[in-house]
Amino acid sequence: MIVTVNALRIDAAVAIQFKDQMRAALDEAKGRVVLDLAQVEFVDSSGLGAIVAAMKQMHGGAKLELAALRPNVDKVFRLTRMDTVFPIHLAAEAAVHPHAS
Amino acid sequence: MPREAISAPTKRPVFQLQRDIRISFPSTSLSVRRALETVIGSLAALSLEPEELGTVELVLAEALNNVVEHAYGEGERGWISLECAHRPDGLHFTILDEGKPMPDGIAPIGLRIPLPEELDALPEGGFGWFLIQDLSHDVQYFRTGDINRLSFRINIGVTLLPN
Repeated sequence: MIVTVNALRIDAAVAIQFKDQMRAALDEAKGRVVLDLAQVEFVDSSGLGAIVAAMKQMHGGAKLELAALRPNVDKVFRLTRMDTVFPIHLAAEAAVHPHAS
Repeated sequence: MPREAISAPTKRPVFQLQRDIRISFPSTSLSVRRALETVIGSLAALSLEPEELGTVELVLAEALNNVVEHAYGEGERGWISLECAHRPDGLHFTILDEGKPMPDGIAPIGLRIPLPEELDALPEGGFGWFLIQDLSHDVQYFRTGDINRLSFRINIGVTLLPN
């Protein structure tokens, strides 16, 4: 399953709202969920915390993965070593359908 | 015949801010967003790389949201002042507020980044100070009277030339 974030920023101003929407989107999720961040230009520590919270609340063996991180978003994940916690893919579609051409 | 430039400059041209940036805004997360836009817009004069602007935006977001969430906190109103000066050794930022002092009167720097297995114990958003300390230099915090003063330098737009 792919969950696409339709926002330019996941920051302190929207972290709580983002967390609520992720909870709703992931409630019934099973297996791998790929969070498509292609549109997101900026994530701060509040946004990072909200993504980590979404990962922590997944259950039943469901797993949160990330895709299409822009450079400034990628940097936040690297500096905090969260890039070792989430599988990170170049693109969401390819992550879900690796053999599609 | 017009004269050609004698030789193309090999080092990056030096850009300067016309004047220091000084802004004040209310302590809300939406005002912080607008303040970041203003600062990033003002820094356009320096022709920085997108990656460098991203660093400035991230460090400022962490420091300013820390004021909104902890110095003032939920439901408390107050003002935040932000100054940015371009100096030969980089961008110097000073943030002033009249909220609560930092716990123990010190900025929580010098901590290590939590290991992935420690995540369960980590409060969400607990990464802010790690990012500030990783991406900035000379972090100083003083409480003077009722005022918190946090300053730091970001090592970009450096115009000091090597000998």
